[in-house]
Amino acid sequence: MTTESQTPAIEVEALDKRFGPIHAVRNVSFSVRRGEVLGFLGPNGAGKSTTMKMITGFLEPTSGAVRVNGHDVATDPVAVKAAIGYLPEGAPVYAEMTVSRFLDFVAEVRGLSGVGKQARIAEIVRQIRLESVVEQTVDTLSKGFKRRVGMAQALLHDPEVLIMDEPTDGLDPNQKHEVRSLIKAMAAEKAIVISTHILEEVDAVCTRAIIIAAGQLLFDGAPAELRAQSERGEYDDAFRKLTTQFYAREGTSDQS
Amino acid sequence: MIIGNNIKAIFKRELHGYFSTPVAYVFIVVFLFLTGIFSFYIGAFYERGQADLEPFFRFHPWLYLFLIPAIAMRLWSEERKTGTIELLMTLPVTVADAVLGKFLAAWCFTAIALGLTFPMWLTVNYLGEPDNAVILASYLGSLLMAGGYLAVGACVSALSKSQVIAFVISVVVCFLFILSGFPLVLDFFRGWAPQALVEAISSLSFLTHFDSIQKGVIDLRDLIYYLVFISFWLYANVAIVDSRKAA
Repeated sequence: MTTESQTPAIEVEALDKRFGPIHAVRNVSFSVRRGEVLGFLGPNGAGKSTTMKMITGFLEPTSGAVRVNGHDVATDPVAVKAAIGYLPEGAPVYAEMTVSRFLDFVAEVRGLSGVGKQARIAEIVRQIRLESVVEQTVDTLSKGFKRRVGMAQALLHDPEVLIMDEPTDGLDPNQKHEVRSLIKAMAAEKAIVISTHILEEVDAVCTRAIIIAAGQLLFDGAPAELRAQSERGEYDDAFRKLTTQFYAREGTSDQS
Repeated sequence: MIIGNNIKAIFKRELHGYFSTPVAYVFIVVFLFLTGIFSFYIGAFYERGQADLEPFFRFHPWLYLFLIPAIAMRLWSEERKTGTIELLMTLPVTVADAVLGKFLAAWCFTAIALGLTFPMWLTVNYLGEPDNAVILASYLGSLLMAGGYLAVGACVSALSKSQVIAFVISVVVCFLFILSGFPLVLDFFRGWAPQALVEAISSLSFLTHFDSIQKGVIDLRDLIYYLVFISFWLYANVAIVDSRKAA
């Protein structure tokens, strides 16, 4: 961590989001520095995806602010989007396009052109191991390959900030392992946020963990500190303890 | 006008999108087939004995009423349905870039379909000596009118995840803009509304403006009408896509 003195790559300040009567995200603040891999944990419907969508500028917060590399997403969304590589939940990709055409499109929008563009696409195809499917249309691909195309798209411009919503969801163990190695390999020079259900993932790749439930921040600390919350030293235990305690306090039996 | 890199990239993607699914080919075949039927049978192209393409262009407003919303309905609905809108809107593009890129691609596709009716033009030139300037003006008018329909369709498509709903609403809205030039509608207003309002309603109609261009008269007011009309709907399109961020 050589860059710790710099301003954080991502600053989230008192972020709040309401969808009509539903209060999806409540006053969430945190920041992520370069070199950090932040694991975003929480039950389903806790507001993980909504928070990520607000950081990437897809949704507008009801109140609060997000800054990426010092650019405010509300006033300078294009600069924020240019700095971020984002893998949305479910990795949506244009189904009727071939992989190479799709990557070409993203590269052009990302401002790459000519020889540099071709070289970068070739490099990312090799890195993510998409060689065998580049000329196939996306809708003919397996789930694992679709996910990888989504990753390739997010990494194409070598972003300083990488945000991935459940990058390993629905992948087989080998594919999960590959994705985790990829994340670890990039961790040193990027600020990375991943959301996940899988608590071992925190151990495998994250340098820090955040737990949110019902839109509120419950925990923010190192994986070891999270584990220390449980007597047995298990993530599952700690996670259950924190979230159930919270729901008991709130008087809500279920996640809303 | 310098078209931005982003608009170009989105334009290319969208235009290619039409041709990588059967949509484009089905549309073009249906369009050519229907224009043929309408001009030769209903428009009595031969029987009139006149060397012009009036019977061909006369039915364009009605063909477009159903065909253009079919092209436009996928522009935003499909992105929202499949979730790719999240991908598109988190790329470093502005909403205006995306709206323009998509619209121009759909318009270009329509121009291709319209261009493929050139055998009509060859036929009429073979049979007689038509005024080709009038024909050229008619083509221009038809393309502008198609742009108007498309702008409505694109905007409406941003309102719904369902392409069917987008299609139906677009047809209805476009139909209103055709109707507003009809004596039936205008007579209804003439009874009580001030003359200025009646003229305003009539001047909103696609038909009023298309008719004069089709006669070979390219009036600046007609051009401005279509450009303002298209701009208005594209602007509304941007506003709708933008408002989804807060929803």
